[in-house]
Amino acid sequence: MPPPRPKSAPDIARIWEWLDAVPDPEIPVISLVDLGIIRDVAWQGDRLVVTVTPTYSGCPATAVIRLDIETALRAQGIDKIEIQTRIAPPWTTDWLTEKGRVRLEEYGIAPPSPACGPTGDLTGSPAGRGAGRGAGEPARCPRCGGMELTRVSQFGSTPCKAHWRCQSCLEPFDYFKCI
Amino acid sequence: MADGPDQSPALLEFLLRMGDNTLILGHRVSEWCGKAPVLEEDIALANIALDLIGQTRMWLGLAAEVQGEILGEVQGDRKSADDLAFLRDAWQFRNVLLCEIPNGDFGQTLMRQFLFDAWHDCQLRQLAGSADDRVAAIAAKAAKEVTYHLDRSSGTVIGLGDGSPESHARMQTALDHLYPYVGELFLSDPVDDALSAAGIAPDPGALRPAYDATLTRVLGEATLVIPQASRARGGGRDGRMHTEHLGHLLTSMQWLQRAYPGATW
Ligand SMILES: [Zn+2]
Repeated sequence: MPPPRPKSAPDIARIWEWLDAVPDPEIPVISLVDLGIIRDVAWQGDRLVVTVTPTYSGCPATAVIRLDIETALRAQGIDKIEIQTRIAPPWTTDWLTEKGRVRLEEYGIAPPSPACGPTGDLTGSPAGRGAGRGAGEPARCPRCGGMELTRVSQFGSTPCKAHWRCQSCLEPFDYFKCI
Repeated sequence: MADGPDQSPALLEFLLRMGDNTLILGHRVSEWCGKAPVLEEDIALANIALDLIGQTRMWLGLAAEVQGEILGEVQGDRKSADDLAFLRDAWQFRNVLLCEIPNGDFGQTLMRQFLFDAWHDCQLRQLAGSADDRVAAIAAKAAKEVTYHLDRSSGTVIGLGDGSPESHARMQTALDHLYPYVGELFLSDPVDDALSAAGIAPDPGALRPAYDATLTRVLGEATLVIPQASRARGGGRDGRMHTEHLGHLLTSMQWLQRAYPGATW
């Protein structure tokens, strides 16, 4: 039997609030909760288990994210923390919060467009895409709202983004890829 | 998983094949970092390398776990994904030869990527339904990334193949050079037989029709001609005979851990 949860232990809803105050290290306007990578928070006896899923399997921010979670929770007086990694089901941009999507756009990053290609369908026909429209496309320019957009590159400054340009205001911008 | 013969040794071999493919190709692609023709391509290649290395960590991490189970090692004595990546010698690697041959020019790198991605995409889609939940989870995660890789490499192969006379000629040369290595992706041995019988991994040969369909479509649109099939150039996935290039690659990749064992930062 693990030691019981101390009476003074903060409740789970409170801990989610604290985690919602931890910024994503690469896109600090959204929180780790907004990003949808915190999959579970639970007390196991006197130990707090936080389950995290990676965005991209090689995302270099993963180690920093774990450290940031620990630091934030320790600052609230929780000292027995275990961070578990869970890869299934794989992270999807469907897990971004509405608040997160709004903040991304305000920050100048076009949020993933929900009307995008198949997510999670792994049994369908092999990729039939020569034209390169995977990961969806931005709905509008995050700066001027223009709808005439061109893709500059399928990749951008971080693994989760692609690089686009607006034909109206001519500004380049990041698009948060839909996966 | 409880029924039937113990598949652990075959599973270990299979995991090394998956992880070594992504490790060696990831390392090759990373060699472009800071040297690609334009900044966007540089960033794209670095991102693809990063995905592949991330997938390696999952495959080799599981391989190390399975190896520990086979050897009956306790947790602390078990090898890690890093041990497998940095402390094995060339003959212990199980990647296909396609992944280890040098980059050549940008067109050849992207042609190799396309030939690999088209297989990788089929393979991961099948593995996402593996009878082994751990394999299925890694495959489902990696498949999302690889679908995007294939999307990009297909588009680039089409753009360059159906481009200028110079780019077309280079892409045809790249295809002629690389195509003999494709066959190894579909070879099978008792390891594959055991795993496909157990529903853990597909029979490699069964992926060929879907693969050929992708090649025919993309290379057709790229106005490139698929060479006559020659005997498959193998020896990588079973470790029988790698090319001399693998040793050179490992020298660079493993140097730090060899020179300063256990170094961390
Ligand atoms: Zn605009």
